[in-house]
Amino acid sequence: MSIDQSTAAKVAKLARIKVEDDALPALASEFNTILGFIEQLNEVDVDGVEPMVSVEPMRLKRRQDVVTDGNQQDKVLSNAPDAREGFFAVPKVVE
Amino acid sequence: MSDLNKLGLAEARDALRAGDVTSVELTESCLKAIDEADALNAFVHKTPEIALDRAKAADERIKAGDAPSMCGLPIGIKDLFCTKGVPSQAASKILEGFKPEYESTVSQQLADAGAVMLGKLNMDEFAMGSSNETSTYGNAVSPWRRGNDGAQLTPGGSSGGSASAVAADLCLAATGTDTGGSIRQPAAFVGITGIKPTYGRCSRWGIVAFASSLDQAGPMTKNVRDAAIMLETMCGHDPKDSTSAELAVPNFEAMLTGDIKGKKIGIPKEYRMDGMPAEIEKLWADGAEMLKDAGAEMVDISLPHTKYALPAYYVIAPAEASSNLARYDGVRYGRRAQLSQGDGITEMYEKTRAEGFGHEVQRRVMIGTYVLSAGFYDAYYNRARRVRTLIKKDFEDVFAEGIDAILTPATPSASFGLGEMTEADPVQMYLNDVFTVTVNLAGLPGISVPAGLDQQGLPLGLQLIGRPWDEGDLLNTAYALESAAGFVAKPGKWW
Repeated sequence: MSIDQSTAAKVAKLARIKVEDDALPALASEFNTILGFIEQLNEVDVDGVEPMVSVEPMRLKRRQDVVTDGNQQDKVLSNAPDAREGFFAVPKVVE
Repeated sequence: MSDLNKLGLAEARDALRAGDVTSVELTESCLKAIDEADALNAFVHKTPEIALDRAKAADERIKAGDAPSMCGLPIGIKDLFCTKGVPSQAASKILEGFKPEYESTVSQQLADAGAVMLGKLNMDEFAMGSSNETSTYGNAVSPWRRGNDGAQLTPGGSSGGSASAVAADLCLAATGTDTGGSIRQPAAFVGITGIKPTYGRCSRWGIVAFASSLDQAGPMTKNVRDAAIMLETMCGHDPKDSTSAELAVPNFEAMLTGDIKGKKIGIPKEYRMDGMPAEIEKLWADGAEMLKDAGAEMVDISLPHTKYALPAYYVIAPAEASSNLARYDGVRYGRRAQLSQGDGITEMYEKTRAEGFGHEVQRRVMIGTYVLSAGFYDAYYNRARRVRTLIKKDFEDVFAEGIDAILTPATPSASFGLGEMTEADPVQMYLNDVFTVTVNLAGLPGISVPAGLDQQGLPLGLQLIGRPWDEGDLLNTAYALESAAGFVAKPGKWW
């Protein structure tokens, strides 16, 4: 499978990473190198093999559905690039 | 005592308990060494006030007779660990200014045991790299050089700052993390010991996530005994990590008898790669001979899917990374890009992530996005997870046949020059992890032990791979190998 520039642009969009148009050819070429390497996996017979979910066949633990912490709005907001009046502030979302 | 920073953990612990030194003296010695070593760019956030406060508290505990093994011992912490009130950036620009309000479980356990944090250590951005060249702080530099050649060498990656700091005696030991070889490869490059325990041994809580099904923390130390001591403190069940194992942690140090008589050590034929340098081949054969002399039995084994480990890894790790790194959106923490008039929330995400993530991280996030996207999920991601099942089965099969541990080279080459791989395609850099990545995919414990020098005078390491949850036995085999190899070389001080 080969990735062209428009596919590279689409992937960048999906990943929410801005890539300038003039950088797309190099990006597409890098993707193709890496995917070419990954293509080796097609040589393996995986019929009837279960895809691994976890290296240890364990059931993820559950805890009681209770409140374990809270009341730390200041701490939650302390690292925000823009926090106002107890909220995270972002550019306008709804027109 | 002079040069206290050159001590290992066990020596320093014994000296503290005997009252020959204080933790404050040890800590001051390390802080001085750190200040003289800015050329290595290993410590990227120094915390001398925290260090001296903890050292004083540790001296009180020791006086009162309450001294766990790590009490009073100065160590460095990889920047990937969240440390309360101290910058924790995962060496990324996108986390500029981030000071966590909480402490990772592993660094908390070390602090509770009395260990002294000297500061945060350089690494590849989000632990993605094998040469510490993707860091927003700039390259970490190895204390080793090729003879009189002044060229700067890589300490490996991603735990490059940890490796450089321990090898240069800036601290007694350091934490590392290992997703595809990030503890074992740098340890081998600088001639120190590094162990990645079984997946689930160390809590991942509070460690910035790269690939959650592969990430494990572990110690990077000056010898195997120190690795046993520090690993014990780092391990243990943590309810805050749902994949953390509810298993008792043995006294690893007590298991270091050096007796490996009758142990079966596997030599996997698939690790004999085309184009492997003769020096590596010889080191490997010498290592096997040493274990044999110590009474172990060498067994030729086959791990048939080895070849497919790296390609499977470069599907699974980027897939998990693309999901984990979705949280860096410029809203809740870290750095937001400057926006233009009229920019909406999508532009904010896209500009923030384009400016905040370095090139390699962007590449991996996008590859991960691609392999998980509609139409390709089965062909790439599910296929890679099936291959991962087969890789794990390879190991299960040889362990079922009675193999106790597996001996391999740690890396396909010695350390290389910073910048030497710039022109190479990304896959060339990925090949650094060819011997280590299988271990992460199978969730097994692996340890890198320094075993010799190459013709240029640079360290080379051997790797031992153990059965799951059997770190004690693995450390003991590594201890026997270390005793036989007698590696004592240290880099000459040029910095």
